[in-house]
Amino acid sequence: MCETCGCGESNSFSIRKPGETIENNSNHTHTHTHSHLHDDSEHAHSHSHAHTHDYNHEHQHHHEDSDHAHHHHDYQHKHSHGTEIKVETDILHKNNLIAERNRGFFEAKNIFALNLVSSPGSGKTSLIEKSIKDLSKDVNFYIIEGDQQTMNDANRIEAAGAPVVQINTGNGCHLDADMINKAVKKLEVENNSLLIIENVGNLICPSLFDLGESKRIVIISVTEGEDKPIKYPTMFQSSNICIINKTDLLPYVDFDINKVKEYAHQVNHHLEFFELSVKTGEGMDKWYEWLKLQVS
Amino acid sequence: MHELSIAMNIVDIADEETKKANAKKVFEIELEIGTMSGVVLEALEFALQEAVRDSVLENAKIKITEIQAKAKCLNCLHVFKIEDLYSPCPNCNEFKTEIISGKELRVKSLKVE
Repeated sequence: MCETCGCGESNSFSIRKPGETIENNSNHTHTHTHSHLHDDSEHAHSHSHAHTHDYNHEHQHHHEDSDHAHHHHDYQHKHSHGTEIKVETDILHKNNLIAERNRGFFEAKNIFALNLVSSPGSGKTSLIEKSIKDLSKDVNFYIIEGDQQTMNDANRIEAAGAPVVQINTGNGCHLDADMINKAVKKLEVENNSLLIIENVGNLICPSLFDLGESKRIVIISVTEGEDKPIKYPTMFQSSNICIINKTDLLPYVDFDINKVKEYAHQVNHHLEFFELSVKTGEGMDKWYEWLKLQVS
Repeated sequence: MHELSIAMNIVDIADEETKKANAKKVFEIELEIGTMSGVVLEALEFALQEAVRDSVLENAKIKITEIQAKAKCLNCLHVFKIEDLYSPCPNCNEFKTEIISGKELRVKSLKVE
């Protein structure tokens, strides 16, 4: 089903190299024709009852320690009124399975994969551009750009000198493991390289979707509020590294760098920090040292 | 709106399991959603209304069990309920804690016919 409009076609995202046009198979029109198939013809009925399902949600609260014994999938109970299937399946298991496949592929080819997440405008693309320009002698870069629309970022990365594909998610708010699986094939990533995935600028949705990355890096710039880590804790909780960017602007903004670290550590005490300014180059040496260490 | 992706994954799982069981439709589905799973229940319910359309879940009763998030303090080993991801252990005020439940996003069971 299409996630944009709920119609029957598959979700439309496109993966392109700079200069390519969108392939036809990812286009579809959003027309809503709902044809219901009923194989028992005993009730021909009109569909004027549009979605008045008796939607009685029961919200129960587990106060006990949830002792979830993991039943296997095909365990079934017969009841007089039908069959109960014990499913016990993680709702994101499909994404997680593909993410693990990606991870295995990366491991086998010695590809170090980074998933860069942040709000829009924190400097993800600039950080990648600058890193490519300064490190291309030492590191084999491959980049996957994620945005709702436009090839702008991919064009910037190509100009900086690294192979890149652009995923346009349409109306989607995050990248998922399947998109990365397809994008990596298109990108033809070589062994012993660094793959940087720039996620859609969004501090909420991408946190739930494992892409198979080696490390997740959350970027915050000093022009944002220092309480971002506790306002959007899920993202900071699921990241391994936090980059604080635009430190050259610290004299001009009310941003307490120690406070942001304190908040971030409250959410995730494992987080490691880099403080840097992509614009002036301040602090970039430590970042480069770390990057080189990961791919060596 | 990642809740729509979540809702569509739920529909896919229900569809697969219903096929496996040679059933035609689902009349009840039970979900377990942790309070720190990153999903807003109201948004998920809203997304499900759209996602179930024309699927085996159309007309199914949706039962959602919320699982209270709990954390364990790595300092004093105290286990406590959490309402957010940034509060310290109420026993010793330590921030080094580990979530032990509340991240669940699970289809627990289906009743099919």
